[in-house]
Amino acid sequence: MFKILEKEVLGPHVNKFIVEAPLIAKKHKPGQFVVLRLHEKGERIPVTIAETDREKGTITLIVQEVGKTTYELGDMEAGDSIMDVIGPLGKPAEIENFGTVVTIGGGVGTAIVYPETKAFKEAGNYVISIIGFRNKDLIILEEEMKKYSDELYVTTDDGSYGMKGFVSDKLKELIDSGKKIDLVVAIGPAIMMKVVCDVTRDKNIKTIVSLNSIMVDGTGMCGACRVEVGGETKFACVDGPEFDGHLVNFDLLLKRLATYREQEKIALERYLKFRGEA
Amino acid sequence: MKKEKIPRQEMPKQKPEERIKNFNEVALGYTEELAIKEAQRCLQCPRPFCVDGCPVNIDIPAFIKLIKEGDFIGAAKKIKEDNVLPAICGRVCPQEEQCEKKCVIGIKGEPVAIGRLERFVADYEAEHGEMEVPEIAESRGKKVAIVGSGPAGLTCAADLRRMGYDVTIFEALHKPGGVLVYGIPEFRLPKKIVEREVEFLKKMGVDVQVDVVVGKSISIYELFEQGYSAVFLGLGAGLPRFMGIPGENLLGIYSANEFLTRTNLMKAYLFPEYDTPIAVGERVAVIGGGNVAMDAVRSALRHGAKEAHIIYRRAREQMPAREEEIENAEEEGVIFNFLVNPRKFIGDENGWVKGMELIKMELGEPDASGRRRPIPVPGSEFIFEVDTVIIAIGQGPNPLLLEETPEIKRNKWGYIDADMETGKTSMKGVFAGGDIVTGEATVIEAMGFGRRAAKAIDEYIRTGEW
Repeated sequence: MFKILEKEVLGPHVNKFIVEAPLIAKKHKPGQFVVLRLHEKGERIPVTIAETDREKGTITLIVQEVGKTTYELGDMEAGDSIMDVIGPLGKPAEIENFGTVVTIGGGVGTAIVYPETKAFKEAGNYVISIIGFRNKDLIILEEEMKKYSDELYVTTDDGSYGMKGFVSDKLKELIDSGKKIDLVVAIGPAIMMKVVCDVTRDKNIKTIVSLNSIMVDGTGMCGACRVEVGGETKFACVDGPEFDGHLVNFDLLLKRLATYREQEKIALERYLKFRGEA
Repeated sequence: MKKEKIPRQEMPKQKPEERIKNFNEVALGYTEELAIKEAQRCLQCPRPFCVDGCPVNIDIPAFIKLIKEGDFIGAAKKIKEDNVLPAICGRVCPQEEQCEKKCVIGIKGEPVAIGRLERFVADYEAEHGEMEVPEIAESRGKKVAIVGSGPAGLTCAADLRRMGYDVTIFEALHKPGGVLVYGIPEFRLPKKIVEREVEFLKKMGVDVQVDVVVGKSISIYELFEQGYSAVFLGLGAGLPRFMGIPGENLLGIYSANEFLTRTNLMKAYLFPEYDTPIAVGERVAVIGGGNVAMDAVRSALRHGAKEAHIIYRRAREQMPAREEEIENAEEEGVIFNFLVNPRKFIGDENGWVKGMELIKMELGEPDASGRRRPIPVPGSEFIFEVDTVIIAIGQGPNPLLLEETPEIKRNKWGYIDADMETGKTSMKGVFAGGDIVTGEATVIEAMGFGRRAAKAIDEYIRTGEW
C-alpha cells in the first residue's frame, strides 16, 4: 500500500498527489513513470512522475480526471492509500546541454514536462517554455515553470489568459521570429504532439515527444503499448516513453488510444452513477 | 482366479457446453473413492521408473500407497518432501511426457493417473486445513534475494527457507505467481490455488514483496549492498513475440501475453465490476499451436466469441500443445486450421483488424526442432475474415531486468548464460534458473531448476567458492 500524504486540487478535474514511495523516489529520473492500481479490482494505468523528494521518500503525481480510474483517484484524499505503485518505469529523458531548448506542455502534460524543464535549465540550456490549456481555470504549474525557464509563454484555446491559440501557434511564432532552437520537447495530448511535430519537421528541429499509449504491465511483457517509430514496432513502456517525434506514427497512436472507448464510457458512467448514489 | 483389472479412472469435468460459458475450473478432481480406486492400479514397482520421469523426483509409489490406505494427508506430506507446489503441478505438469510416460502398466495399457492423484491429495490437504509447515532448519543468519515469483523462484525460495536462510522474493507485478497468475487461465489453474501455495511459503517465513521491479526499483548491486549473500533470477520468458508482418499493430490484435494478462491477472472477464477492459469480437483467430495458444483460444470462447479458430502452420501431429489441452479445445468447439500461416493483416477505416491474408503451407524435410518444416505454397493466398487476433507464437527473454547488469552474460537469443546444473551466472553471487535460462519450458522443469539452484546457492554461501 502506498499512502497519499497530501492532495491538492489544482483546477477543475486536475489533482496533485504526494505519495509515499521511497524506493521509487530514490531511483526516479525525469521522463519516467509509474504504473498504479487503486484497489483489488482496479486496472493498471501509467502516470508520469512530476516530482520527487528523495529525503522524504515521496513522489508527486498530477493527474487529470478523464476516465473511471482517474475520477476514482480524484475522489481519494490524504490518508488514503493506493494499493500498488510500481516504478520508476521507462527510459529517463536525455538531459544534456543542447543550447536552446523549447519545452512544451499541453494541459496536464505540463506536469511531465516540468521536471524536464528544470533538468534542462540545470544542465545549462537556455530554456523557453510554452504551456497551453483550454482556458484560464485549467492552468497549472505556471509559477514552477517560470522558475526554471528563461522565457515562459502561456496559451489558452479561448484566449482567457496569455496568448489565444495553441502551443504550436506560439512555437511557430518563435521559429518565424528567427529564434535558433536546438531541441523541442513536447508533451501533452497525442494530437498536440502531432501538430508540434508537423511544425518542426520542415525546419529540421529535433523534437522529442512522450507517448501516452495504453499499458498493462509497463515492463515490456504485454505489448499493449506498441507504437510505430521509424517504421519499426516499439514498446512505449520500455523503449520509451520518449521518442523522436518526427519518426512517430501518430495516426496509429491516436487510433490505438481509442481501442477501449466504449468500455471506458461504460466504466465511467457506472462509477459516476455509483458515486452519485453513495 | 485372475484379479479383475481396474481401468484408469476418468476425472469428472464440467460439460463442454456449460464450461465455455464460465471461467471456472474445467476438471473437477477425483472423489476419495475414485482416488483410492486409481491408487489401487499402482504396481508399487521396487524399481519405479516413474520417479526418474519426474524432474523433482517425487517418491511416487510411496504417496500412492498412502492414498490406497486412505491416508490422504500423509500422501500430501510425502509429496511435499520433494515438491512444494503439488496442487499446481498436479494440474499443469505434462505427466504424459514425464512420470506417466515411464509407468510400467502404461506399456500395455493406460498408465496410473499420477497427476490426478497428486492434485487430489494436495486439494484434500488444503480443504481439510492441515497444511502443516515443514521443519525449518536453524537460522543461518544469511539473506537470499529471489527475483521473480514464478515456479522457479517459488521453489528456490521454499528450499532455501527450509535450509534456514532468510529469503525475500521480489515480484514486479502486483500479485505473486508469475506465469501461474498472469498466463495460465483460471479454468485450468484457479488463482486461489496459487494464492494458497504462496500463503504456505509465507507461513514458512518467506518474505514476499510485490510491486518491486528489480533493475528499476532496486538494482542487483543494491541488493548485495543490503546484505543479501546471493541473488536468484527466475525472471521467466516474458517478452511477447510478434510476427513482423504488415498490419500487426491494428486494433484488435493482441499478443497472447496481453490477452491472457488482461483475462487472468486483471480479470477482464468480470468487467465492469473489475476495471480492466478487453475487446473480444465474434470471430477470433489465435495464431500458434502451443499450450499458450490453447489457453488463449479457450479463453476467447469464454469471453463470448461465436467462433474461435486456431491458425497453425504445421499439422495437428506437430502441435506442441499437450494432447489433453488440444482435446479440451476440440470438445469446446474450437476450429483448427492447419497448414496455414498469416502474411498480413487487413484493417477497416478505424484501424480495427477485419481480416488476414493466409497462405497455405506444406510440410518439407525436418528442421532443427525435428519437426517437418512448413513451406508456403505459392499462389495459395486467401483472405480469412476475423475481428480479433491473438498472436501466440512464443515468448522471449525480457531484457528489462538485466539492462543495468551487463556483467550477467546472455546467449545469442538473449537468455541468461548460466550453468544448467547450478544456475551460476557470470556475475559472482548471482544465480538464474527457469525459462530465463532454458527458454520456454514447463512449470515443473522451472521448479526442478529452482531446486538445483537452491542447492548450489547453499553450497556457495557455506563455502564462499564460486
